Amino acid sequence: MPHKSFPAERPGVTFGYARRYAPLVTMPTTVPAYGAEAAERLASMADVTATDGALRRFLHGLPGVDAVGLQARAAALGTRSIKTTAKAYAIDLAISMIDLTTLEGADTPGKVRALCAKGVSPDPTDRSVPKVAAICVYSDMVATAKQALAEAGGSEVHVASVATAFPSGRAALAVKLADTREAVAAGADEIDMVIDRGAFLSGRYLQVFEEIRQVKEACRRADGSGTAAHLKVIFETGELQTYDNVRRASWLAMLAGADFIKTSTGKVAVNATPPVTLLMLEAVRDFRDTTGVQVGVKPAGGIRTSKDAIKYLVLVNETLGADWLTADWFRFGASSLLNDLLMQRQKLSTGRYSGPDYVTVD
Amino acid sequence: MSDDRTERLRVLKTYKLFVGGKFPRSESGRVYEVTTATSAAGAAGKDRWLANAPLSSRKDARDAVVAARKAFGGWSGATAYNRGQILYRVAEMLEGRRGQFAREVGDAEGLGKSKAAAVVDAAIDRWVWYAGWSDKVAQIAGAANPVAGPYFNLSTPEPTGVVAVLAPQESSFLGLVSVIAPAIVTGNTTVVVASERTPLPALSLGEVLATSDLPGGVVNILSGRTAEIATPLAAHQDVNAIDLAGADAELARSLEEAAADNLKRVLRPQPVDWSADPGTARLLAFLETKTVWHPMGV
Repeated sequence: MPHKSFPAERPGVTFGYARRYAPLVTMPTTVPAYGAEAAERLASMADVTATDGALRRFLHGLPGVDAVGLQARAAALGTRSIKTTAKAYAIDLAISMIDLTTLEGADTPGKVRALCAKGVSPDPTDRSVPKVAAICVYSDMVATAKQALAEAGGSEVHVASVATAFPSGRAALAVKLADTREAVAAGADEIDMVIDRGAFLSGRYLQVFEEIRQVKEACRRADGSGTAAHLKVIFETGELQTYDNVRRASWLAMLAGADFIKTSTGKVAVNATPPVTLLMLEAVRDFRDTTGVQVGVKPAGGIRTSKDAIKYLVLVNETLGADWLTADWFRFGASSLLNDLLMQRQKLSTGRYSGPDYVTVD
Repeated sequence: MSDDRTERLRVLKTYKLFVGGKFPRSESGRVYEVTTATSAAGAAGKDRWLANAPLSSRKDARDAVVAARKAFGGWSGATAYNRGQILYRVAEMLEGRRGQFAREVGDAEGLGKSKAAAVVDAAIDRWVWYAGWSDKVAQIAGAANPVAGPYFNLSTPEPTGVVAVLAPQESSFLGLVSVIAPAIVTGNTTVVVASERTPLPALSLGEVLATSDLPGGVVNILSGRTAEIATPLAAHQDVNAIDLAGADAELARSLEEAAADNLKRVLRPQPVDWSADPGTARLLAFLETKTVWHPMGV
């Protein structure tokens, strides 16, 4: 039987999954994942996503993760000592990267409004504190959040909505797409979708791929502006079992058009960890080297202290460099982290250790 | 055959801090030498090395405050009866370690065996005495106030919060117990700075507290330079009160100034005879009064 699937045998196609890290063509610039050009770049990868078999061969052809080396590297980068002016810079940067999140069954419009006010003006006693990047809520709270942000004078703060049957992702595709469209129609600037872990773990990669593509399609705004809400794809790495799976999920999502890849929902026992985040950062770096498309990363859940946040910033800087050190390309999904950052900020400016009495309870 | 008997190597104890129910070393990794009192019997005017104690940094103080704050909800919310029981349990554990404490106090303060034992006994009795106050303090510090209206008006004492305690410098154990017990029996949690020159009885007290059902973080014990640790504690925005028993006049003054910034409750240093009847002053020093108006006949 002739071996048909090798793309290299086809004329005019220079990319093959066996040479997965070889640059496609000479790529002059990096394009953002949400831009129109990114779609063309991804289209050039269409051969690896053409069939379930091709996609599986590609994902399983990715090099295996050296778990010990990964953990050692993440731990080593966590020992950096960041002090004084660098620390002040890192704290402000971290605040500006926060997706301030409330995803509780008990969320009320009042709570969402309070959170929006906090996101616009994190420390009312100090106006030099930057605004957070986004407010992350359930899709039915998007309109409330949007209005509250506008009233608080923080329209530039985005509203991110979780969608697609968050956090489990266990619903029919039609329901997930409807969920997404509702959130976009309500004014969401960003959509945080969850992948179908059941499908991923049972090896139905193309199903996951198609789902992400269709959700991305649903992120288009219906107002005729041609713009779309940015799509963050949540892997729930705590449920993916292995580092290899995290790498595969990262490539799968990026090939499907994710603008951001995100570790966790924050709803399971294991959330973002430095090794998993480092692995995703490396996947993003390799993806840019291969396709020229820049994708963002968002660790979420379990990041509570300034020290942790700064460790993540070190990971980003060491793996991806300054290109990713903005709120456009790196986010923290967190709620209690902001208070700790504010307390550290107060400590730096006054010299006195601050306490929880001096930040809001939320 | 006495010459082939090898002498046993002593197992030396590493004294460590007591923070959040655990025994960490100082975050800074530093230690300092603790020696006997110069007048110790047998030392003949020479300081004998006793142990290396951790030399705490301001970050240890910060961590201790976090631990104390975390423990405050549970400890202040426990029933007074339960707190009394736990404190009595501490006294039971102390009783079992009398010999160890008598030796440490003797070395620290230069006391003979019988005098040191008497000091330890007095400290244990002091602890039991304070333990008994747990469900009685409301009777002397609270009141049903007569008011001109159809209301019950009740005042009840509540704990102040996290209390930084600078333990007395000279009385390494009786003085220590006399400042810790009254603070915690009412529901406060504490960060204790042990006597700078004689911290070993305090660090050993940590081992007793760890085995007495006292929730981790209610008492946190730091050893080191009093001025170095006390300064960030006095300025710390999350410390509600400070007991300056172990500060000299100059240090006390600067600490009071730092403490004024967030309106900390301050107990000024005063000359105290630790062996005398302590009275209720220290017990009442770290209490806030809550007054409730309740309509009558509803």
